[in-house]
Amino acid sequence: MKILAIDTSNQVLGVALLDDENIIGEFVTNLKKNHSVRLMPAVDRLMKEANMAPEQLNKIVVAKGPGSYTGVRIGMATAKSLAWALNIPIVGVSSLEVLAFQGRLFSSYICPFFDARRGLIFTGLYKWENGEMSLKLDEQNILMEEWLEQLAAKQEKVLILSPDIDMYKETILRMMGDLAIIPEKPFHIAKPSHLALAGLNREADNTHNLSPNYLRLAEAEANWLKMQKENKNG
Amino acid sequence: MKNDNYIVGIETSCDETAVAIVKNGTEIISNVVASQIESHKRFGGVVPEIASRHHVEQMTIVLEEAFEQAAIEWEAIDAVAVTEGPGLVGALLIGVNAAKALAFAKQKPLVGVHHIAGHIYANRFEQEFEFPLLALVVSGGHTELVLMKEHGHFEVIGETRDDAAGEAYDKVARMLNLPYPGGPHIDRLAGTGEESIKFPRAWLEEESFDFSFSGLKSSVINTIHNAKQRGEELKNEDIAASFQASVVEVLTEKTYKAAKQYGVKKVIVAGGVAANQGLRTALQKKFSEIAIPLLIPPLNLCTDNAAMIAGAGTIAYQQGKRSGWDLNANPSLVLG
Ligand SMILES: [Zn+2]
Repeated sequence: MKILAIDTSNQVLGVALLDDENIIGEFVTNLKKNHSVRLMPAVDRLMKEANMAPEQLNKIVVAKGPGSYTGVRIGMATAKSLAWALNIPIVGVSSLEVLAFQGRLFSSYICPFFDARRGLIFTGLYKWENGEMSLKLDEQNILMEEWLEQLAAKQEKVLILSPDIDMYKETILRMMGDLAIIPEKPFHIAKPSHLALAGLNREADNTHNLSPNYLRLAEAEANWLKMQKENKNG
Repeated sequence: MKNDNYIVGIETSCDETAVAIVKNGTEIISNVVASQIESHKRFGGVVPEIASRHHVEQMTIVLEEAFEQAAIEWEAIDAVAVTEGPGLVGALLIGVNAAKALAFAKQKPLVGVHHIAGHIYANRFEQEFEFPLLALVVSGGHTELVLMKEHGHFEVIGETRDDAAGEAYDKVARMLNLPYPGGPHIDRLAGTGEESIKFPRAWLEEESFDFSFSGLKSSVINTIHNAKQRGEELKNEDIAASFQASVVEVLTEKTYKAAKQYGVKKVIVAGGVAANQGLRTALQKKFSEIAIPLLIPPLNLCTDNAAMIAGAGTIAYQQGKRSGWDLNANPSLVLG
């Protein structure tokens, strides 16, 4: 089964082509550049290098967020339209789960996160168990300090993974001490081949219904809901 | 040999997710528009982030409906055309990336289209163009006079220096506490009111075909404010009628003058404000005086849709224009 995996949910642009578990090719950059401009040329190039035509694809796997709203949507719009046009299944995988795969060989907790501004992060807690990446604490949009308190309370080692690790390293070490394991930089970058692997045997999503995993309401909507509530109470 | 051209059009520049299939740039095979007006109403205007969220959720649904209605196979499709700008960048991105994915999946040519070129080409579904042609483009984001000497060739001879006509409508509507979108409400009120207030007309320089609506907008604000201070009661109908009279007179006169000066063979009106009854009536009256035919599209083709993008895309395709896989959304794309 030929799988095309697409991840533009954060700064990393990742495209991978796999035949079942075998990587045919993988393209990863970690640049502050425009995903909209670079995604389709990357897919085109990878397919050409592999001498493959689009209709040979059997499945699309896409990173559905959390991350940059715009980035997530660029990947989603592309992946959904490809799946619809080619009439092949699509699977959406959490961008946090994809990053957690970088800790696949770690035996304790794995905590992937992305910066969500103003001290907030998008995160979740994972552990590799029974042959899959299983979620131990729900994905959420939470203050880093609040999250770290919960992790520290577990009194177990946690592997911390994030492309934004530099921003929070001090805070993490201050609050978790030896319980936090922070590896070298290349481990903090999600790989599209892992995304493909995560989606390989997963049941397909409904192409029309698959939508981004924002983990947060649009600001205007959040404000509107707050106002409704205040009006009701006051 | 195949002589007909079938083009898929995709439009997501604002709050409408739209897909259409058009034959030869003149015949609409299918034209599906998913409007988001209901979900933006509570915010009193289009919220870009929410528009983008809706687009990504609606895109494949609208695509499927457009193909089902057209009952056409991909083999018959010549190209995929998409609005690349101007518009809301996050919204445009959904259409552009969906279009690239479709064109790539089916290995079809990709053609980026200017949104205003689309509005102009909506008229070609009614009547074939004759050149030189003058287009008055009026919408929430645009007020322009565009001269066309041939297909696919656009020369902006006049444009707004501040607010678009549609923007002025929305702002005045908000002052009168009318629901969003306010344009149609002002048009309706104006129909029953009287031009009792003489608002200014921004003619600008003698030779200029440019527009300006910010002075008019301020004048409306001041008039309402002053009346309130004096404890006078102004009828909303009369404010609407007086405001609309100023907008319509300037638009009509400038279009008329440009049509005569450039010796055009046809005048067309395009954009959402072309649905305005006051404007339609005034233009029809003015142009009935001279021998230049005036064409105003039916209401459903005035507002944003994808048939118009496929229409403009057909000409671009036939003229050999192609976009690469690196096509991007361009929120401030220039017409021409
Ligand atoms: Zn428009």
